[in-house]
Amino acid sequence: MGAALDFRKANFRYREVPVLVDVSLRVEEGECVAMIGPNGGGKSTLLKLALGLLKPESGGIQVFDHAPHTGCRLIGYVPQHLHFDPKFPVTCMEVVLMGRLDRLPWWGRYSPEDREAAHESFRRVGLAGMEERPFASLSGGQKQRVLIARALFTDPRLLLLDEPTANVDLTVEERFVELLEELRAKVTIVLVTHDLGLVERLTDQVICVNRRVHRHRVSDLDGDTLRQIYSAELREQHFGSCACPVDEEKAPRK
Amino acid sequence: MNEFFKEVFTPGSIVQLATLASLIASVNFGVVGTYVVARRITYIAAAIAHSVLAGIGFAVFARAHFGWDWCVPVLGAIVAAVISAVVIGYVSLYLREREDTIISVVWAVGMSAGLLFLYYSPGFNGNLESFLVGSILYIAPADLWIMGGLGIVVVLLCLFFYNPLMAVCFDEEFARLRGVNVPLYFMLLLILTSLSVVLLVQLAGIVLAIALIVLPAAAGLHATSKLWHAMCLATVLAMIQSTLGIAWSYSVEIPAGPAIILLSAASYLAVFGWKWWQSHLAASAPRQP
Repeated sequence: MGAALDFRKANFRYREVPVLVDVSLRVEEGECVAMIGPNGGGKSTLLKLALGLLKPESGGIQVFDHAPHTGCRLIGYVPQHLHFDPKFPVTCMEVVLMGRLDRLPWWGRYSPEDREAAHESFRRVGLAGMEERPFASLSGGQKQRVLIARALFTDPRLLLLDEPTANVDLTVEERFVELLEELRAKVTIVLVTHDLGLVERLTDQVICVNRRVHRHRVSDLDGDTLRQIYSAELREQHFGSCACPVDEEKAPRK
Repeated sequence: MNEFFKEVFTPGSIVQLATLASLIASVNFGVVGTYVVARRITYIAAAIAHSVLAGIGFAVFARAHFGWDWCVPVLGAIVAAVISAVVIGYVSLYLREREDTIISVVWAVGMSAGLLFLYYSPGFNGNLESFLVGSILYIAPADLWIMGGLGIVVVLLCLFFYNPLMAVCFDEEFARLRGVNVPLYFMLLLILTSLSVVLLVQLAGIVLAIALIVLPAAAGLHATSKLWHAMCLATVLAMIQSTLGIAWSYSVEIPAGPAIILLSAASYLAVFGWKWWQSHLAASAPRQP
């Protein structure tokens, strides 16, 4: 069985600035891993490479043995930023149904089975009854949950979650953890987060991303070390001295 | 006003043709306009509308110089509109950072080329104003057939591809991840927009066309929370406004295009005011302690 994610010596730069250097990483099918690292360290870029939204400068990337631009259909992706027009006239149901755009029949309408499955996704994220509400009228946390429902509705083999708990309150986060614990048994999960409590509850496997990528076991890093990584978030120079070595050379200028 | 109603029901009268044309085009304003406003590409539609003059100019020029009698202005307009849609779409998709520049360039170059073609067309009677602000009262029965055909094609495509088009407008990145050919659908949307613009230019002229795409759709989007609801509302509003506008212009002998647009603006303001009043009422309602 192939890996869910397989990066081999992948490099990526925005203009002249290297964002990811020599990334080799495997996430096996069935695993649940957390991805941590400072802002600007390349976490979102790594996800976008896996999704085929960005192309690596060199190196290979495979998603379930497919190239990313075809493999991405096996991925349920929850983006970090709500980058779309907040006033766009669309209901929550319509947003979730977009998860099966690739299965639309030629006449372009969703089937009753699709709608029933969409209702099920709403129930799983605790938003039953919100289906016909305008998406624009939801709070940030509710919007995030609709996007999670949309990702689940795609029947993914791999869930990529980019800081899904960034704007939700504690009770919602608790339900979300329960949902992930339940999903962990069925799908591969890669979770980008700054929430160490969440990491410790869900997984033993941590990917540290700061231009270079390293994999650790949470049990190998004691709580203090992990906390150091996170205090280093604000002071990036500390990052090099702790568990995830930072790339020594500065960004080259030509 | 009675005169107007008498004329409307007179088969083949100018007023009847104009009213029919505006009713056909209203469906286009409603459906395509809603996508355009929701996706925030009204400025692209405006550039396409202005570039249409190049096609109209070329058609007049070709008829005068090459004797191409088949080359009617509407045909030139369609070709010019589709070419500018493809150029702008390509730049918007693949060279994002220069998008606004190209839109302005297409806008200005299209108008300039059109003006020069018209300048060098000896047979042209110099009625530039009818292209700029519209000439709905000079619609011929043949135009009506072209408009009807175009209108049906545009609306059917919009409805047939409703779900993918909505997804592309709402969340391009996710649509791409679901295997939707985003560039193709975006280009389709721009081409549909350009064809609708050609219809509008017949009605309201190049300068005013954009108002007809934007205003009914903006009112519809403001009052509803589903794309297709907005489309229906915008279509009905556009039908009422253009019929009333033609009636108004016929009764007091003013140009029809500006009359229709002022009515559209008034109804947009009315919807806006109504929504504002509702939220004002909701906010000032007494709260339980």
